[in-house]
Amino acid sequence: MSNNPSTLFDKVWDAHVVRKIDDGPDVFFIDRHFIHEVTSPVAFLGLETRGLTVMFPEKTFATADHNTPTINQHLPVQDPLSAKQLKALETNTAKYGISHWGLGNPKNGIVHVVGPENGITLPGMTIVCGDSHTSTHGAFGAIAFGIGTSEVEMVLSSQCIMQPKPRKMRINVNGKLGKAVLPKDVVLYIISKLTAAGATGYFVEYAGEVFENMSMEGRMTVCNMSIEMGARGGMIAPDETTFNYIKGREKAPKGEAWDKALAYWKTLKTDEGAQFDIEYNYDAADIEPMITFGTNPGMGIGISHHIPVSQEAGSGKASYEKSLNYMGFHEDDAMLGKKVDYVFIGSCTNGRIEDFRAFASIVKGRKKADHVTAWVVPGSHIVEQQIKDEGILDILTEAGFQLRQPGCSACLAMNDDKIPAGKYAVSTSNRNFEGRQGPGARTMLASPLVAAAAAVTGVVTDPRTLL
Amino acid sequence: MAYDKFTILTSSAVPMPIENVDTDQIIPARFLKATQRKGFGDNLFRDWRYNGDDTPKKDFVLNNNIYSGKILVAGKNFGSGSSREHAAWAIYDYGFRCVVSSFFADIFKNNSLNVGILPVQVSAVFLDKIFSAIEADPNAQLEINLPEQTITILATGEKESFDINGYKKHNMINGYDDIDYLQSMKDDIRAFVSTSQY
Repeated sequence: MSNNPSTLFDKVWDAHVVRKIDDGPDVFFIDRHFIHEVTSPVAFLGLETRGLTVMFPEKTFATADHNTPTINQHLPVQDPLSAKQLKALETNTAKYGISHWGLGNPKNGIVHVVGPENGITLPGMTIVCGDSHTSTHGAFGAIAFGIGTSEVEMVLSSQCIMQPKPRKMRINVNGKLGKAVLPKDVVLYIISKLTAAGATGYFVEYAGEVFENMSMEGRMTVCNMSIEMGARGGMIAPDETTFNYIKGREKAPKGEAWDKALAYWKTLKTDEGAQFDIEYNYDAADIEPMITFGTNPGMGIGISHHIPVSQEAGSGKASYEKSLNYMGFHEDDAMLGKKVDYVFIGSCTNGRIEDFRAFASIVKGRKKADHVTAWVVPGSHIVEQQIKDEGILDILTEAGFQLRQPGCSACLAMNDDKIPAGKYAVSTSNRNFEGRQGPGARTMLASPLVAAAAAVTGVVTDPRTLL
Repeated sequence: MAYDKFTILTSSAVPMPIENVDTDQIIPARFLKATQRKGFGDNLFRDWRYNGDDTPKKDFVLNNNIYSGKILVAGKNFGSGSSREHAAWAIYDYGFRCVVSSFFADIFKNNSLNVGILPVQVSAVFLDKIFSAIEADPNAQLEINLPEQTITILATGEKESFDINGYKKHNMINGYDDIDYLQSMKDDIRAFVSTSQY
């Protein structure tokens, strides 16, 4: 071990470089590879075309999530194209001996929910998936990021990809979060400060009291959205909170292996004096419940604020106006009181038990607004079961909500859960791009508390007034 | 999948002076259901290009036949969002071989290089010059010279250099890809695995 102080990121990255290429990328070893039905079929086809096979099938884990219906999962999938993709995943994983949690499997759910909850995701690992929100797993002190389908083929055939090492950014948030301010608000706040491209080329470490005091679910929400400011990924040093979360999970190390792993995990932190290429500091007290008003996740404001005029917005005027036109909003509009047609709680960003607890804390004893359509979608069957076991389902049912079955659902609207054109949705997911939740859909990103407040009042409402 | 070798490309260009063009715009999620890499060009920029009834939107640049060519020129932060390589496939399948912007999202840049599209990052000032040149003459020719790593507006002779690492440059010029390289390294990888933590 070198005496030079190094960052958490450097420690994990450098331990995975198989070869450094002069004036080129690193040959980078991958410990865990997640695949799903949408970005893997062409990679498997590529293997066949080249006559290659899967080098380490035990290091790849498959789940079906992007394309799956969130009702009647026991019936055959009706969309023939979706059904074909799901079948391809089943066939390909069976052919190469890869673990597959398909539709109907009790372990099935969103890839970035099921990986951690089954103990597949561990500190110090390198983790990739053909999905940009793979950054979620950075919450455990792993280097985790999204890759394209060519790279999925590389990992399948060689367990490596070719990656230039990103630069290093640290984001420190200290102080105490205010009432009704959730991890989602923290990350939406950071992105609003840095913009949707502000961390491109960087890998982020989140540090400071706010993250130290955060649950694993909250840390996953934060790391999940690292990509929304352009970062390749984000990570948080593992600590007792991390170890307590992992211990006892199905695929986590046990007995002697646990002790050995724990000793290693405790070395995974940034040394005093280690250098970052850039560093930002924020004060928790400045963060209020957030909401987005535009068509990229950087276009967010405190819920009590008015939409900025374009000169303050930091992007070109034409692009800014295009964005507001799409949303049907105007400069200087108040966000509070804007009508909401749809509410979506779920996704790899906010589809974990803590998110449903927060949602239930507001809807308890209230009723869903009549004109609001709400989609309540757990991130996995395990989360679904927790919702039932903790009595949250009763609260939801009493308030007029129905619980759907796990999947990515309206986050990217590949299945039938599409917001109709022109309608407004408050969504706990990660992207408010044009058409993301269905052609013409208008998305406002927010936390589970803001989503709940919108669901019961039918308009954008400050959750602090309901708690 | 093999792609065409890239050395020098001289072509007119299609201007798209919009910032933060994300991959959901390049190819919406509902068109990701294929199990083969075919026909994605038809749905490139689908919701900007077509109305709900599939009639073309007249004011969208791909539907304006005064613009054509193998180069797409776009505003900053092109390709943000989803990791879907389908975005790069759609651009390639439509017929583009090069995207020019003042800033690219990381995953899109990687995906482009892996499928044979050259991402050329220029300064904001040079990007404006390109847009002006195309405004003055929709048929304005750009020359992308990969061996020299330069982009030139032929009408004015204005030129700028761009970055690409030597490894990727060699691959693009020869039509090689990373999978070829990694297959040649399997013994090293096996040796590495025997010492790895997980």
